[in-house]
Amino acid sequence: MTVTNTHPITSELIVSHGINEQEYSRILELTEREPTYTELGIWSAMWNEHCSYKSSKKWLKTLPTEGARVVYGPGENAGVVDIGDDDVVVFKMESHNHPSFIEPYQGAATGVGGILRDVFTMGARPIAAMNALRFGDPGHAKTRHLVAGVVSGIGGYGNSFGVPTVGGEVNFHSRYNGNILVNAFAAGLAKRDAIYISKAEGVGLPVVYLGAKTGRDGVGGATMASAEFDDSIDEKRPTVQVGDPFTEKCLLEACLELMASGAVIAIQDMGAAGLTCSAVEMGARGDLGIRLNLDEVPVREENMTAYEMMLSESQERMLMVLRPEMEDEAKAIFTKWDLDFAIVGLTTDDLRFSIHHQGEEVANLPIKQLGDEAPEYDRPWVEPGSHSQQEPHLFAPPHDFNTALLKLIGSPDLCSRRWVWEQYDTLIQGNSMQLPGGDAGVVRVDGHPSKALAFSSDVTPRYVEADPFEGGKQAVAECYRNLIATGAEPLAATDNLNFGNPEKPEIMGQLVASIRGIAEACQALGMPIVSGNVSLYNETNGQAILPTPTIGGVGLIDEHERMARVGSMQAGDAVFLIGTEGTHLARSIYQREILGEETGPAPQVDLLMEKARGEFVLAAIRSDYASAVHDVSDGGLAVALAEMCMAADLGMKCDIDITYPHSALFGEDQARYIMTINSEWAGMFAANSEGAGVSFAQIGQVTDERLIINDLIDISVGDLKTAHESWFPDFMGETALAEAAE
Amino acid sequence: MQRTTIVLFPGSNRDRDMIAAITKVSGASPTLAWHTDTSLPESDLVIIPGGFSHGDYLRSGAIAARAPVMKAVSQAAAKGVRILGVCNGFQTLTEAGLLPGALMRNARLTFVCKEVKLLVANAGNAFTAGYRESEVIRCPVAHHDGNYFADPKTLKALEDNNQVAFRYTEGTNPNGSINDIAGIFNINGNVLGMMPHPENLIEPAHGGQDGRRLFEGALNMLETEQA
Repeated sequence: MTVTNTHPITSELIVSHGINEQEYSRILELTEREPTYTELGIWSAMWNEHCSYKSSKKWLKTLPTEGARVVYGPGENAGVVDIGDDDVVVFKMESHNHPSFIEPYQGAATGVGGILRDVFTMGARPIAAMNALRFGDPGHAKTRHLVAGVVSGIGGYGNSFGVPTVGGEVNFHSRYNGNILVNAFAAGLAKRDAIYISKAEGVGLPVVYLGAKTGRDGVGGATMASAEFDDSIDEKRPTVQVGDPFTEKCLLEACLELMASGAVIAIQDMGAAGLTCSAVEMGARGDLGIRLNLDEVPVREENMTAYEMMLSESQERMLMVLRPEMEDEAKAIFTKWDLDFAIVGLTTDDLRFSIHHQGEEVANLPIKQLGDEAPEYDRPWVEPGSHSQQEPHLFAPPHDFNTALLKLIGSPDLCSRRWVWEQYDTLIQGNSMQLPGGDAGVVRVDGHPSKALAFSSDVTPRYVEADPFEGGKQAVAECYRNLIATGAEPLAATDNLNFGNPEKPEIMGQLVASIRGIAEACQALGMPIVSGNVSLYNETNGQAILPTPTIGGVGLIDEHERMARVGSMQAGDAVFLIGTEGTHLARSIYQREILGEETGPAPQVDLLMEKARGEFVLAAIRSDYASAVHDVSDGGLAVALAEMCMAADLGMKCDIDITYPHSALFGEDQARYIMTINSEWAGMFAANSEGAGVSFAQIGQVTDERLIINDLIDISVGDLKTAHESWFPDFMGETALAEAAE
Repeated sequence: MQRTTIVLFPGSNRDRDMIAAITKVSGASPTLAWHTDTSLPESDLVIIPGGFSHGDYLRSGAIAARAPVMKAVSQAAAKGVRILGVCNGFQTLTEAGLLPGALMRNARLTFVCKEVKLLVANAGNAFTAGYRESEVIRCPVAHHDGNYFADPKTLKALEDNNQVAFRYTEGTNPNGSINDIAGIFNINGNVLGMMPHPENLIEPAHGGQDGRRLFEGALNMLETEQA
């Protein structure tokens, strides 16, 4: 066999493709000769960390991925979960960290585009999006620019495509100064019997390219995502792709029409490593070879080489295997939507990935080995260290509780994110029932009289840093709690694991321990992981990010009329705390914002208690007891009560039995909720709590306009709101802008 | 029974919201027209929904305004058929010259999605007949280019002829629109363009129904109720 090569393969070239010595000798073995330049690019694309999960695979296998409702778990474009009535929810979360740091608008925009494509590739119409964003210290010179770019990129893509953004997270920490995180989540709805997967079937069938044209953007993007940053980062700008939400919207409509017509056998979107990854996946999954003719690929630049075409990460492209007899119908649909449509190859029975360009064969590789034989590493790791528990009396109380509470709710991590979410279309499709700012986003199931889905994205990186195992558990538990707090039964989750360089044993130790924590919590709380993404090498000049395993959870609300909200209580309602008095101040927002420290252990998560209290709260919401519900998380009890008051524009008067006032008000102990109950039913609710063996306390009453807690806190809701709402617009210079405009 | 046609462009994305609203309010599904169509089915109400037609890659609505179907929309407007353009539809109607003025980038330069308060500035029209004059209603907005502008002469004519349908009120102008203009009629009163989205506030699950009466008015359902 002669395969044409244009470029000598030197050791420098190999290193620059992120391939190490052992990997290269394996490549030589599998290729059975020296690879061509194009082939080296293909191996590198398939075997980099981003596509192959080579450092994490061993540990990812330990996650619970099965459940009665799981239709497809990890391995497909997105996870698929049954929600009854023949409907399924299809969802996944994926990172676009490195591109977003280099070019925030396009990086974030194409992150949204990529995750939406993962969802509609499976035949689901996207119905909800979320974004988990981590930025550097607000005082860092780049932070404001990155926040502005990322938020407008997410909005620019999602708003134009037409998916409501119903939730997410925004955090700031100096450990993200040189490496921000943009984790994009999308969920779609489909019929159970109309799900499409990437596995091709049938020999000699046309492989069809559709969508946008191929350009040089993103060549080598997946390899970039698998490397640490250094000061030469600006040189990487050309590897960031440019998004076109309009084409994506047309592609969505065209794909759904095409699927409805029955013409599609297999479909795969071109994401990381573009044409290479999608073609290999379709072939390898279906035990078929793929032969591609690059002369047929629609291109938008002249003189593109085979290497560039195979590694381009141009957006808004799909690869399909179609029923040949339906080619004309298929073509008509794509012409209607004005999308490029080209037959670029065919399926074969020789299990080879064969690429032809300008009359010559430029690559011929074993397709199964490309997909399945990627190296799998058991990288050395060390068990993370532990911290001893710290009693509340070791932490200084605040000089003034009112000032402390106002400072917390106005701090960068706890203040209102209105500035962010008002740039996202939260209402499009007309099904949004709970918008950002509550515990979880809620979207009703279109066409069903009473069902709705709840979505929440959670992780507390400062806990994971302190204790990756407890922090991993806590991320799942908080997500569970946020879903429960709306009245949703948690169904399943997706994980987006963001860590530093896995070649460092302590970073690998964080990854291992947090996966262990996530697995334990998912098992205990009945939330299997059905899809996910791993982003490693999040380091700049040797400084790793805080370990950030983001959990995106989905829950099912059976009757949305009974759904609970953070601020739906009435004056006169009784206020209950489900759980016990706060004691844990280490790694709390209080410790950071008031005492200026970040030390000690993360709070412990008792999963049995978490489940017992969660089920109790869910039952109370579903039997229509609760007028409002909120979980207690960052900032503790006082912050949770303040958030409810602000959402309702009502006050509360609380009288609480307290041992240590500062830990009772600001401690971040887990598995706790606030519920408000119509006063007529308060006695019965208390009796039920008692009967269920759930720790609870009736702590006060909903009032008109002030939050009063013992003799510690007395603040008007107006003052709470001013403190809560001003940080973000002030930080972004919005206030000055508005004043200048007037 | 009133017949509604919804005009679709590539990139329309609040079309499904509008179809749902019309179906829920009137009980009948609307007919759909595609941007390349050269004629419209017989209709009593023609709607151009929100979205990003052709990506809004030129000016918002500019490419859509030149689509073949817009000739048919103009002819229908001239015959007195009610035409409603919401958001991108409003932008398209101004670009097509069916309504005066222009929608510029929001004053704060960012996309804005939030609920605003609208003052019903002219309730003497079928579209607004379900509201009381000067009633204040809730309505969401979601746009990047909603900053209404017209030159002084045009503006004076709009005001003198009572062509302003809705104004942002109670300090909620989200985009810097001149005279707080949120929606306007053409001189004959049969074409309404508005930036806010009444179709997203028509049922209890939306948290309110203030938008519903606009469709009831446009579809002559108010008289039916009284009869």
